[in-house]
Amino acid sequence: MNMKICGRVVKYGEDVNTDVIIPSKYLAFTSPHDLAKHAMEGLDQSFPEKVRTRKIVIAAKNFGCGSSREQAPVALKYAGIEAVVADSFARIFYRNAVNIGLPVLECPGAAEAIADEDEVEVDIGEGLVQDLSNGKVLHGNRTPDFLLKIMEKGLVQYVREGRS
Amino acid sequence: MNITEKILAQASGVDSTSPGDIVEARIDKVMANDITAPLAIEAFHQMGGTHVWDNKRVVLIMDHLVPANDENAAELHRICREFALKQGLDNFYDVGRGGVCHQVMMEDHVKPAEVIVGGDSHTCTYGAVGAFSTGIGSTEVGSVMLTGKLWFKVPRAVKILVNGRLKPPVAAKDLILYAIGQFGADGATYRAVEFNGPAVQAMGVHERMTLCNMVVEMGAKNGVVEPDDRTAAYLEKNGLSPYRFIHGDPDAVYEKTVEYDASILEPVVAVPYRVDDVKSVRDVGEVPIDQVHIGSCTNGRLEDLRIAAKMLEGRKVKKGVRALVIPASVDVYSQALEEGIIGTFLKAEALVCNPACGPCYGGHLGLLTAGETCVATVNRNFVGRMGSPKARVYIASPATAAASAVTGKLTDPRIMEAQA
Repeated sequence: MNMKICGRVVKYGEDVNTDVIIPSKYLAFTSPHDLAKHAMEGLDQSFPEKVRTRKIVIAAKNFGCGSSREQAPVALKYAGIEAVVADSFARIFYRNAVNIGLPVLECPGAAEAIADEDEVEVDIGEGLVQDLSNGKVLHGNRTPDFLLKIMEKGLVQYVREGRS
Repeated sequence: MNITEKILAQASGVDSTSPGDIVEARIDKVMANDITAPLAIEAFHQMGGTHVWDNKRVVLIMDHLVPANDENAAELHRICREFALKQGLDNFYDVGRGGVCHQVMMEDHVKPAEVIVGGDSHTCTYGAVGAFSTGIGSTEVGSVMLTGKLWFKVPRAVKILVNGRLKPPVAAKDLILYAIGQFGADGATYRAVEFNGPAVQAMGVHERMTLCNMVVEMGAKNGVVEPDDRTAAYLEKNGLSPYRFIHGDPDAVYEKTVEYDASILEPVVAVPYRVDDVKSVRDVGEVPIDQVHIGSCTNGRLEDLRIAAKMLEGRKVKKGVRALVIPASVDVYSQALEEGIIGTFLKAEALVCNPACGPCYGGHLGLLTAGETCVATVNRNFVGRMGSPKARVYIASPATAAASAVTGKLTDPRIMEAQA
């Protein structure tokens, strides 16, 4: 499957929780665009500014820990983030991202090798991350094929097609 | 096979499973609340859904924004109410019925050996009666409502063996906080966490719920306790017969086993802003506080309220401090009322609120402003979790929270007991 994303990096540390990705007070919003306005508000007030020119999040371990709120990956996706690469993910965030069609790649060592604002190319299908700014190539964990399919079209479409 | 592997194998119609296997399991029940159900309902419709796969097995519980605090919340409730009516759901808990979703599930629905998923991360609570349960997101809730099935990667399992006995007022909450401190916030990511040993066997289901509830704070997929006589007593008391137990094999494999001695544990807190930054109350010292919150899916049960009431009996909440008591369900509230516990809280000048998640998740009821500090019996203390990003939450047991309400500062409940 061809799922390559190229872009500049917004970098965060470890244990970024879903309460800071989208604070609880916004969970009554049902529009993804309204959620997107408050993405990362609990951690980084300058996020809206950053995503104007950057679209790949690189993070250390346990990205997306905490609540099961699917609004977290939705907020990131609609804010303009096209892929999240982390040393590791919290499991519910990972499943949610796949299900809503936000490409995610588990890639131990990514946070150390890649700097904020670097230009990277992420190949989700191959599990490869290339830092075009420093030339480093990282091998992430391969994603099972059925998950790649869900990630590509989102679970809604995947189930729809499976039923028809 | 251990208990988690066996439950998943049976639900998937295979003879055996081992860690890493991807299985498709039949789901016994799916639950969602007022925050997660509306998105699930939308996904269900977008998937082409017209009828849920089984109207007895889909449970919707209003608890996060109860009663509706604004127009948006009222709309979320309306969406759920309308869906429940249209689908003929047997189990829709509207405002005034039920309470905190996990408490309600454990009172009315969860049986051992079942596979239950829920649109809430603390769905892992149900392992307390030997079920497999885990949190999922809204879109997956939508797909389960439609198909009654879900894929899982069979988790590796870690065993926490707890020897000795907890010495009250040291409680299950102190034990699980201690364990999270030892493991770290991602120390059990993707794992099944199984609790066993004399201290766990001596616990009632309400305490096992506190343990299993918080395994997600160390990243786990599910928490589980082998069912036993205490489990049976709980199920029968709640009218949940018939049921069957699944037990792990004696030669079950665990990735690792850690052993703790319950008898040397102290009252502890998770200090802001990390669930795994766990310290003994003694070491943290007398932090001045503004609010105490006793409640939530972690510690809002009758037994928790009894402990808090005992601490507050004949005493008053310190001037300048607010104490919120939030029974986890209508049942808990009614029983507390019958036992006179609610009266004790009122006399102590604690505010008793309606069954709901309350300030735990930061949506509604008793939020904090910048600079304020709360001691709460909840499960998370992230930045902004209970209102202002500049507020601070210490996660504690009901005994520690109640003792702190009396003194107006973070307090080791053993000191209060010595004074009584």
